[in-house]
Amino acid sequence: MEWLARLDEQIERAPGFFHKRPVVLDLSVTQLNEPGIRALLSELQSRDIRIIGMEGADPSVQSIDVPGWPPMLNGGRAASGVEVRDEPPPTPAEPEPEEPAPLLISEPIRSGQSIVFPKGDVTIVGSVSSGAEVMAGGSIHVYGALRGRAIAGMLGNPRARIFCRRLEAELLAIDGLYRTAEDMDPALRGRPVQAWLDRDSIVVAPLD
Amino acid sequence: MAKVLVVTSGKGGVGKTTSTASLGAALAQGGQRVVVIDFDVGLRNLDLVMGAERRVVFDLINVVQGDAKLAQALIRDKRIDTLSLLPASQTRDKDALTSDGVAKVLAELREKFDWVICDSPAGIEKGATLAMYHADAAVVVTNPEVSSVRDSDRIIGLLDSKTQRAERGERMEKHLLLTRYDSARAARGEMLKTEDVLEILSIPLLGIIPESEEVLRASNIGAPITLSNPASAAGRAYFDAAKRLRGEDIPMTVPVERRGLMGKLFGRRVA
Repeated sequence: MEWLARLDEQIERAPGFFHKRPVVLDLSVTQLNEPGIRALLSELQSRDIRIIGMEGADPSVQSIDVPGWPPMLNGGRAASGVEVRDEPPPTPAEPEPEEPAPLLISEPIRSGQSIVFPKGDVTIVGSVSSGAEVMAGGSIHVYGALRGRAIAGMLGNPRARIFCRRLEAELLAIDGLYRTAEDMDPALRGRPVQAWLDRDSIVVAPLD
Repeated sequence: MAKVLVVTSGKGGVGKTTSTASLGAALAQGGQRVVVIDFDVGLRNLDLVMGAERRVVFDLINVVQGDAKLAQALIRDKRIDTLSLLPASQTRDKDALTSDGVAKVLAELREKFDWVICDSPAGIEKGATLAMYHADAAVVVTNPEVSSVRDSDRIIGLLDSKTQRAERGERMEKHLLLTRYDSARAARGEMLKTEDVLEILSIPLLGIIPESEEVLRASNIGAPITLSNPASAAGRAYFDAAKRLRGEDIPMTVPVERRGLMGKLFGRRVA
């Protein structure tokens, strides 16, 4: 079982690689019969690898149905008995791509207030106070001083940005990555800036 | 038309009670009918600052609960007969205050007075929210330092969301009263500048009260500074603030103690 040894090496290099990941086992390159597959499964289980399905196995093991036996998958290919239809299947009505209406607030956001708008961009004409927070699914625009927290792309949007006329923020976050005031370049404080995500770090750059 | 004013700050020790007493007295000295109410149930102080602590029989909670009539609980000031005090209870719990009860008392007071001034307790708990809930206007007392400014900011947010006016979609009139202002320390950059505080809080300035021994002395002898020492810098600042509350347009200055030439040099405009 040279393959298992190499798998162990791989796990050692990247211990989190299989962590909590659902894995589909492709058996097409093996000629394993039922006991062989059973042995392989228990080996994998002992390494905390979660197998949720198998494909490409020998036809003799296709129909095994015992508890704990991962279901056979067929790679999405039609198995047999393709139904031939005269009329094309009714295409499901394409859901209208919802135009995310931005949220416009023309008052200062006070300490302790929290603006949460998962649907899209938030524009604030005024300042965001220390101790206040603005969370947006999209980008955040502050036409004033940003002294509190700005959390853009809150539901996972790496393209979201944060703009403000004066950076005095306690925290900037985009797509789950954040930066506190302490990690920001002091030279940027008090200046108009924008922040965006460049791979795995938040870049803050002056706008003027 | 009576106006209900709440004097609030979030933070403790910034000068709410002193300002309530001084503004109330200044308005009353100008001929207005004024009642000041202590909402700090359990930690009442306004009676001391007003010099009425030995005349308290009934209090706000007695009135709210119907144990006493309003007329029985109101204490008329001995020095200015248009000024009255409705004290807080020192022994009761603030849970005894109900919104309906407070609303009824305030409605009754509106009939009798031109100004109903509510001295809010510190914090953002029930006492403070009840004191502000029925108000028409707010005086936000702030010291020129970061913690006080942030707490005031929080309170302004609550004034704009958790009051009857806000719930009806009406605007709450808000005024900033900057207290314990020390010109010398401000000049040395040891305190927040007035314009910084105004920029952060973005509400109109009602007045700047200079830090003064006189204010402390006035509180301890139980007389608002506008009564005990009307010519003092703080006294004049409160008189100016009271006039602005009545809608007069008074240029904004930081009054200083009169010390001849030096005083004139420092008595400059700031905003």
